[in-house]
Amino acid sequence: MSRQTYFEDVEPGQEIPSLTKHPTTQQLVKWAGASGDFYQIHYDKDFAQAQGLTGVIVHGWLTFSFLGQLLTDWIGEGGWIKKVSVSYRGMNYPGEDIFLKGKITKKYIQDAEHIVELEVWSENPRGERTTPGRAVVALPSRKEPVGRPA
Amino acid sequence: MPQDSAITPELKALVGKEMAPTRWEVTKGDIVRFAQAIGDPNPLWNDEEQARQSRHGGLIAPPTFPASLVSEEMTKLVFDTPTPLKRLLNGGNELELYQPIRPGDQITVTGRLANVREGQGATGRMLFLIFEANYINQSGKAVAKGRNTFIRY
Repeated sequence: MSRQTYFEDVEPGQEIPSLTKHPTTQQLVKWAGASGDFYQIHYDKDFAQAQGLTGVIVHGWLTFSFLGQLLTDWIGEGGWIKKVSVSYRGMNYPGEDIFLKGKITKKYIQDAEHIVELEVWSENPRGERTTPGRAVVALPSRKEPVGRPA
Repeated sequence: MPQDSAITPELKALVGKEMAPTRWEVTKGDIVRFAQAIGDPNPLWNDEEQARQSRHGGLIAPPTFPASLVSEEMTKLVFDTPTPLKRLLNGGNELELYQPIRPGDQITVTGRLANVREGQGATGRMLFLIFEANYINQSGKAVAKGRNTFIRY
């Protein structure tokens, strides 16, 4: 298991460790199979171009899932994602790096939970924030071992 | 002359209507394949032995697993929306997570087209379709709630 992050260790303004992914067209096919999303813009170049796209694009849900990985890597086994949301503002293309990043915006205690809010986003190699979003997570406290009520 | 609304009477009539529930049986294989498709090696969704020693006591699904628990009726409506705008993109996702999803769970997905609105984008007219989904496990507990915005343009 990865190292545990505790509520006491984080402060607003901090960036969390980033994650880099490099989805290939093969990964998009794997994602299509695992998720059941067979929309052709994700594997059929002719279809994608007929839709006005420059080529096949990465599934929004897959980029969302990369952000899920970014967050679960950071919150560790003792943390819990309570809410996460994203807007798809730009395209991510297979064969390109996707950089997943997050920054802490708030921390507070609510209903005995140790809550941290973050801004999260994906960036393409041109530095464009293709998928901005927000997350609310519960972290364990050094006084309480888990980040979510049982 | 103003163009006809992208929100046809047929579409308007669908707003708020509850979709027929879809039930999914979640297997360990579904979860592991899903994690592999993300390329996420976290032992919580890949390694039964290690996950058993975690506070969850066993394998659980990654947070975005509801992506695979689609409502059949909703998917049909996303692809066959009664509107003159034919191009389709995913506009955004939101998930609220309440309970882990585990192998053996039977998840019932219900949902509705919660809202539709028109707007103007760089490519012209756009139609936003906002779907909501509720994910309930076999014990009747809500495991997650989702919101998905689709764009027709």
